[in-house]
Amino acid sequence: MSLSLDDVKRIAHLARIRVSAEEVGQTRDRLNGIFELIAEMQAVDTTGVAPMAHARDVFQRLRPDVVTEPDRRAAYQAIAPQTENGLYLVPKVIE
Amino acid sequence: MAHSTLKQLADLLATGKTSSVELSQDYLGRITRQNPGLNAFITVDAERTLAEARAADAVRAAGQAGPLTGVPIAHKDIFCAEGWLTTCGSKMLHNFVSPYDAHVISQFKAAGMPTLGKTNMDEFAMGSSNETSFYGPVKNPWDTARVPGGSSGGSAACVAAGLAPAATGTDTGGSIRQPAALCGITGLKPTYGVVSRYGMIAFASSLDQAGPMAQTAEDCGLLLNVMAGFDPRDSTSLEREKEDYARDLAEPHDLIKPLAGLRIGLPKEFFGAGLTGDTAKAVQDAIAQFKSSALPRSKSACPTPGLSVAAYYVIAPAEASSNLSRFDGVRYGYRTHDYADLTDMYEKTRAEGFGAEVKRRILIGTYVLSHGYYDAYYIQAQKLRRLIAQDFAEAYKHCDVILGPTAPTTAFKLGEKADDPVQMYLSDIYTIAVNLAGLPGMSLPCGFDALGLPIGLQLIGDYFSEARMLNVAHQYQLATDWHLQLSPIMRMETEYKALDALLSVPEAGKKGTMV
Repeated sequence: MSLSLDDVKRIAHLARIRVSAEEVGQTRDRLNGIFELIAEMQAVDTTGVAPMAHARDVFQRLRPDVVTEPDRRAAYQAIAPQTENGLYLVPKVIE
Repeated sequence: MAHSTLKQLADLLATGKTSSVELSQDYLGRITRQNPGLNAFITVDAERTLAEARAADAVRAAGQAGPLTGVPIAHKDIFCAEGWLTTCGSKMLHNFVSPYDAHVISQFKAAGMPTLGKTNMDEFAMGSSNETSFYGPVKNPWDTARVPGGSSGGSAACVAAGLAPAATGTDTGGSIRQPAALCGITGLKPTYGVVSRYGMIAFASSLDQAGPMAQTAEDCGLLLNVMAGFDPRDSTSLEREKEDYARDLAEPHDLIKPLAGLRIGLPKEFFGAGLTGDTAKAVQDAIAQFKSSALPRSKSACPTPGLSVAAYYVIAPAEASSNLSRFDGVRYGYRTHDYADLTDMYEKTRAEGFGAEVKRRILIGTYVLSHGYYDAYYIQAQKLRRLIAQDFAEAYKHCDVILGPTAPTTAFKLGEKADDPVQMYLSDIYTIAVNLAGLPGMSLPCGFDALGLPIGLQLIGDYFSEARMLNVAHQYQLATDWHLQLSPIMRMETEYKALDALLSVPEAGKKGTMV
């Protein structure tokens, strides 16, 4: 399998990473090199093997549904690119 | 001295021969002299370090010192530390002063160990040479034209150069063990879940694990005692009884054959084509040494290294693409300067804030998780992951530890593999399977190649066998002196100190001792 230039553009948009027109070709070549390495695993017969999502088969722990975090809004927003009245500012989304 | 171990420094502090302030000043002096050449640290803040050292001295004066109180340590810049710039080696976090402490950092604070600085690393821990750092590559103290390995390259280099007696690292596919091997130090990646990931900037959450990097196995045991433990803030942290990882070190079972009864597994897959001559020989010599004091067992089946690399480069990027979606220029870190709308802001922020390797891995991860490719890639990789874990489980029915090389080659030249991602990925061919299975693994010095570059021996244990592994490594270090060899930079620093002492003699004379 190998990626086309359009594939790279589509993936880049899904990942929200701008890839310039000049970069698309080289990005595709590098990614195709990596997919060649990955392709080795397709040769292995894994019929009947259960996928392993995690390093240890443990159950997700649950905790009581209570407030544990103190209010540290000021400290967290002090390092934000842009805030106003305790809110994070982003470009207008809804007209 | 630049090459003192944690154990020796702790003894000096306990007997009142030095103070934490004096020790910290010593190391800060070495950092000032050597870091401009090595680039092992991203952030040094002497005021902050010395304030922590004074606090440690006060704790000792009050009679409340623990085993390592006052011994300074360096932290990989992946750990959030309150008030410290925490960049993860990325432009994306070039201005991120952490508002909170990672669990590992709070453990070291509670142990009274001052922070010497934040060490350089591959961007978001993605790399095997430290060349993907936004802050420039780290140089190997054994040969500054060569890489220190990665991603914990700054941590490995600062220990090998004597700029810190020990450092923290993290290991997702070999990022503690491979730089430890390339810099001639000892490093341990614990069993997944032993050390909390809270506040450790996530790369691939099902693989990431923090661990110690130091000059000896004994020091690694002392550090693991500080780092390990249950933390409810990490949902994968394991609830286990507190363990003393250094408990076995002082007591060899048998003085003549200290490892009698130990069963060693030697997977033939670890000694295949990619292994270079000097590395293969040094590792074989180390194994021969073990055989003389343990029960050898010549063969053991292990997952084909090539397959684990393939599965890893699906799973790790998949998890990374999800984890790194949080870097969007909204709540913290870098934001692009010029944008038309929200999507434009996201896309430009991430294009400008991430380096090339990080972007490649996000793109691969996005692709293997996308509609139509999920089963063929992501699920297939997860099935391979189970087969790999099962292979190890089978091997541990017949042996206690597995031995082999840590990395296929010694330190390579800066720039040698920087333009070839696939060649770079193969640097971790012997370490990756351990992360996929969640097992503990170590690297310890076992020799030098013809150029005088260090070679690492990898020791892989069964789940939760860290104390046993540390004892095996410690017994090896009692019988060998590979770990005691000094890098040229550390030797220079040792001589600098000797010179210092010589020059201070007339000073002593003035005080009347000669009269």
